[in-house]
Amino acid sequence: MSALLDTDGEALLGALRGLLAAKGLATPAEVAERLALTERASPAQGARIVAKAWTDPEFRARLLADGTATVEALGIPMRGAPPLGVLENTAALHHLVVCTLCSCYPRAVLGYPPFWFKSAGYRARAVRDPRGLIAEWGTVLPAGTAIRVVDSTADYRWMVLPLRPAGTDGWTEAALAALVREGDMVGVTVPVAP
Amino acid sequence: MTELAPGTRVRVRDDWPEARGPCHIRTPHYVRGRQGVVVRRLGAFPNPEDLAFARPAPRRALYHVRFDETALWPDGRAGDDLLVELFEHWLVPA
Repeated sequence: MSALLDTDGEALLGALRGLLAAKGLATPAEVAERLALTERASPAQGARIVAKAWTDPEFRARLLADGTATVEALGIPMRGAPPLGVLENTAALHHLVVCTLCSCYPRAVLGYPPFWFKSAGYRARAVRDPRGLIAEWGTVLPAGTAIRVVDSTADYRWMVLPLRPAGTDGWTEAALAALVREGDMVGVTVPVAP
Repeated sequence: MTELAPGTRVRVRDDWPEARGPCHIRTPHYVRGRQGVVVRRLGAFPNPEDLAFARPAPRRALYHVRFDETALWPDGRAGDDLLVELFEHWLVPA
């Protein structure tokens, strides 16, 4: 194993790609397509989904009922990705997503997880002291709002649909999407209108 | 296993396979032996405990189970809770 770890990464990747092609498991074109899909996924896609849910009640209902099919209909490729669940924040309930076992993250809609999401500190504290944890982002929930921590332990991936901030009546979808940050869809922060 | 209806009170098995040898489990330590409530069935998925070792992996029902924070931590806050994905073979009716 240590010999493997010392090997040049590019050489290793080249050997792996060669084997995938030689064994007929994945063509170079398929590998390139998957790389491109992975690179394209970013929090901007999640923000677009959130903004649409804020402005289109029918879309919102479908999104909450079946995240995978609903975002796929928006043109976000979900083939081969784990099913997507969407957690709706309300005035009474705020969601916070964590993966205590590793770093499961809804990559198809949010891209690569932020570094802190994978840290042992975040994973341990999210389930033990969620309010203290999000306070470090400056997030303090209003009195009367409960917090629900969602631990991604198995086959689903979860994203949060945050509350639409006050003072955004009449905003366009694009303007709303620009308000939504990565942390809002994990639940460590909440979107605010400037 | 018979299907667990939403609202069913369940206990997570207080089992520690990692003490017996190599294993791969998706049941976090902090819920083992604890009581929660089934929220809904998420579907059925190949058992990751077998998949991880490239063994034939039968599909098992996966549930979303809700735990009160106070049922897990001595300093838990009443009203706050956690949702965890758990496979059927880890759950027994409480």
